[in-house]
Amino acid sequence: MSEQSELTRTPLNRWHREHGARMVPFAGYEMPVQYRGVLAEHATVRERVGLFDITHMGEIFVTGSAAETWLDGLVTNRVTGLAEGKIVYTALCNETGGILDDMLIYRLGAARWLVVCNAANRVPVVAWLQSRRPVAGVSIEDRSLEMSLVAVQGPYSRAVVGRLAALADRQDDFNELRFYSALNCTVDGEQWIVSRTGYTGEHGYELYVPNAALLPLWEELITHGGDRQIEPIGLAARDTLRFEVCYSLYGHELSEQTTPLEAGIGWAVKLKKQQFVGREALIAQKAAGVPRRLIGLAIEGRTIARQGAVVLSGGEVIGAVTSGTFSPTLKRSLALALVSSTSGVDDLEVEVRGRRFGCHVVTIPFLSARVKGDPEAERTLS
Amino acid sequence: MVPDDRKYSQEHEWILQEDDIATIGVTDHAAGELGDVVFVELPEVGAEFNQGDSVGTIESVKAVADLYLPVSGEIVAVNEAVADSPELVNQSPLEDGWLMKVKLSDPSEFENLLGAAAYEGLLGG
Repeated sequence: MSEQSELTRTPLNRWHREHGARMVPFAGYEMPVQYRGVLAEHATVRERVGLFDITHMGEIFVTGSAAETWLDGLVTNRVTGLAEGKIVYTALCNETGGILDDMLIYRLGAARWLVVCNAANRVPVVAWLQSRRPVAGVSIEDRSLEMSLVAVQGPYSRAVVGRLAALADRQDDFNELRFYSALNCTVDGEQWIVSRTGYTGEHGYELYVPNAALLPLWEELITHGGDRQIEPIGLAARDTLRFEVCYSLYGHELSEQTTPLEAGIGWAVKLKKQQFVGREALIAQKAAGVPRRLIGLAIEGRTIARQGAVVLSGGEVIGAVTSGTFSPTLKRSLALALVSSTSGVDDLEVEVRGRRFGCHVVTIPFLSARVKGDPEAERTLS
Repeated sequence: MVPDDRKYSQEHEWILQEDDIATIGVTDHAAGELGDVVFVELPEVGAEFNQGDSVGTIESVKAVADLYLPVSGEIVAVNEAVADSPELVNQSPLEDGWLMKVKLSDPSEFENLLGAAAYEGLLGG
């Protein structure tokens, strides 16, 4: 069996091909990496509105009377007390504090939760959850293969999504939807979830729908966004968009060899909770001093320092780049790097293909997210 | 479409000869495969290289590619417009996005390059 034939195709596979997408294997799916070009697509999301097929993401439903305390005892952020319709970002760690995945947890009802995880980690995460499931009070249902996910992101996303027929009788709820909140909608007898979330740093929405609803929804969004020049956006621009606002990416900033305290997502770790997996290790790491930290680098010139490029201070290796690219908005070569916390950051260089380039520390995020407030307000570049 | 006014290398460069000067760039296919180019590093004018030497890099958002010199000789010009506006490589790879001009030291090397039909065959295969 060839590798190609094993790839899962989303319901939009044919649409992507017919609209000029370059398709690539990604986490077991065949996904669009770009359509018109990464720089143009990036600008579309920052300035107008873009549409992403991110059906590859994992959707795991956790239900039951014990689900709340059980989930809270596993993940780093606080789940108990989350109001219905609210969402929390969290890490899931192993016993030594290494990151198994980062995820969103939605409270859909009193005893109904949705865990949204990375596609590449879905199978191990589901197995990990199943292996820790108590004998009663919690059921786990991986519905990733029957659900599709569309992200609509950019300053005009509210105007476009608000025109959906499915939201016609929910206009007040939709307009009042806060960042990291979700609406449950019943559409043709099926459950949809509309949340104000995203991975671009722009005002945006993510819509979870049954597979059969994806193509008509996608086409409806394109119709509604016509006057705003809405465009489909590939995974390449999804990466440059998240990079500029320094949202972590699993396999880059986050991995089993890195703790959330090192990776800059310590705000999603509640050490005061009674229990979560990795708690003791993270408490010990914090007490002993977190050994590495995430920094932002601006590279002199336009050479890109990509993942793995070594970072040196005064000629000594202090760490390595986790993500690096040419920032389409700021128009310069930038990188995120995990470096030793005890090292100085003077006289910095990165090594790219055997050559060293000067660089210096810049504040992260490189670009401020504008996920709150008026979505159509002008951005001031930092 | 591959124009037949010039020659091509296995590394997806085009070479247009006028007397003893060859103008060099990357093909439409190469520009498409690279995606949006954000940086082109070109050699110094006056430097001399042999056929096949790595003389620079083309950096796109997606990846970095070495730029190989398809013919031996001295660099007599580089396209400063591309240094300032790397997107020219995507917008006009065969014309405004040319990269460098080389004074040929061994014109017989042209025999090793591909004609348009052969290059089209390379893309087809």
